[in-house]
Amino acid sequence: MELSVFGIQSTTLMVVALLTGIGLVAAALVIAGLISPRSFTTQKGKAYECGVETRGESMVQFKVGYYLFAILFLMFDVETVFLFPWAAVCRSLGPNGLLSVIVFLGVLILGLAYAWRKGALQWK
Amino acid sequence: MFDFGTITTWFDNLLESVMPGWAATVIECVIIGVALLLVYALLALFYILYERKLCAWFQCRLGPMRVGPWGLLQVFADMFKILIKELIRLENIDRFLFALAPYLVIIASMVSFAVLPWGNGLQIIDFNIGVFFMIAASSVGVLGILLAGWSSNNKYTLIGAMRSGAQMISYELSVGLSIMTMVVLAGTMSVSGLVAAQADGWLIFKGHIPAVIAFVIYLIAATGETNRGPFDLPEAEHELTAGYHTEYSGIHFGYFYLAEYLNLFIVSGIASLMFLGGWMPLHIPGWDGFNMIMDYIPSVIWFLGKAFFVSFIIIWFKWSFPRVRIDQLLALEWKYLMPIGLFNLLLMTLVVVYGWHF
Repeated sequence: MELSVFGIQSTTLMVVALLTGIGLVAAALVIAGLISPRSFTTQKGKAYECGVETRGESMVQFKVGYYLFAILFLMFDVETVFLFPWAAVCRSLGPNGLLSVIVFLGVLILGLAYAWRKGALQWK
Repeated sequence: MFDFGTITTWFDNLLESVMPGWAATVIECVIIGVALLLVYALLALFYILYERKLCAWFQCRLGPMRVGPWGLLQVFADMFKILIKELIRLENIDRFLFALAPYLVIIASMVSFAVLPWGNGLQIIDFNIGVFFMIAASSVGVLGILLAGWSSNNKYTLIGAMRSGAQMISYELSVGLSIMTMVVLAGTMSVSGLVAAQADGWLIFKGHIPAVIAFVIYLIAATGETNRGPFDLPEAEHELTAGYHTEYSGIHFGYFYLAEYLNLFIVSGIASLMFLGGWMPLHIPGWDGFNMIMDYIPSVIWFLGKAFFVSFIIIWFKWSFPRVRIDQLLALEWKYLMPIGLFNLLLMTLVVVYGWHF
C-alpha cells in the first residue's frame, strides 16, 4: 500500500479528493439557491439555442464521423494501457524489449495506416 | 531544500498522541479536503485574472483596472456576481444528466489536481502509477462535457459537445504518448519517483532531442485537450453561441468556467512535472554557487513558477494563431502529432536502451 501525506493510504485520499469535488459543486449550488433570485415566465424555460425559438427535435442522430474517431481512439487508448507498464520497465528489458515493442507498435501503425488509406481520417 | 514532510509528520504525531488513530485520520482527511478546496478556488481565481491581464497586454489594453488596485479584486466581484445569478429551470431537458454534468467535470479536475507534486513533501495522492492515474482521472471530464451538450436539448450544444468530445479524446492520445515517452526515460510512473529522478537534471535536458520533441507535442496536444487557443472550436461563438454550456446559467455555468481554468493549470502542472523537473530547482553542473542560490528558493515557488510559465505559453498561443477548422484539427492530430509521437516513443526507447542520454 502506498502511503502519502500524513501517512494515509493513497486510495483514501483519492476518495477525499472525490468527495471534495462533489462537496464543492453541492455547496456552491446550495449557496446560489439561497441568495439567487427566482422568477418564472413562460419564455424563460425555453432553450436559448441561437436566440430564435427551437424548431423540431434537438436530441437527434448526429454525424457518424465523430463515431469513427471514437473507435480509433478506443484502439489507441487500449494500446496506451498496454504500453505504460512496458514504459516503466523498458530500461531493464534492453534491446529485446525494444524489438518486441517495435512489433507491437508496427501492428498499430499498420492499423492507423489502414484507417488512413480507407479514408476514415478524412472529414467529410 | 526544506522538506514539508517534517511538518506533516510532526502534526500527525501530535494528533496521534492526543486521540485515537482513526480520529486523527478523519481530522487529517478533513484538513486535506479543505486545503484542496481553498487552493483549487484560489488558483481558479488567480488564473482568471492571469488570463484576462495577459490577453489585455497582448492586445495593448490594460485589462480589468477598476475593482481594487490593478483590478485585483475583479475576480472576486465576478465570483460573487455569478453566485447571485438566477439558476434557470429549463423545460424539455434531461434533468438528471443536466445536473450530473458539472459534477463530472469538477470531479475530474479535482482528482487530477490532487496528484500534482506541490513541493518537497507536499503531495496529496502518491500512487505508484500516479501519472497513469492522472491521465485516467482527467479523461472523465469529457463525459461531463458530452452529457452537458446532450442533455441541454439544444442543437448547438450537441454540436459543440461532439466537437469537444472528438477533440479531447483525440488529443488525449498525444498527451498520453508524450507522457509515456518521458516515463520510458525516467523508468517510473509514480509522481514522487518522477520528481526524484530529476534531481540531477530535468528530464527535458536529460532526454535531449526526443524529450524536446515530446515537449512540443505535449504543448500542442495539451492546448487541444483543454479546448483552448487555436483549438477552441467547441466554443466558436460565431457558429455555436457558446458551445456545450450555452444552456447553463449562473453558478452552473461557473463550474465549467472553473474547470476550464483549472484544467489549464493541471496540464501546465503535468508539463512541469514530466519535463521541467516538478519542484526541483534548476541546477547547472559545476556552478556550485548558482546551485546553492537556487536551492534557497522554496520548492512550492519552483513548481508554481514553472506551471505559470507553461500556462503563459499556452495563453500566448491563443493570441498568435487563428482558430482551425474541425477537419484541420483532426488531421493535425491523427496525421501529424500521433505518428510523430509514436516514432518519437521508439526513438526515446532506442536512446534509453543504448544509454545515449545524460
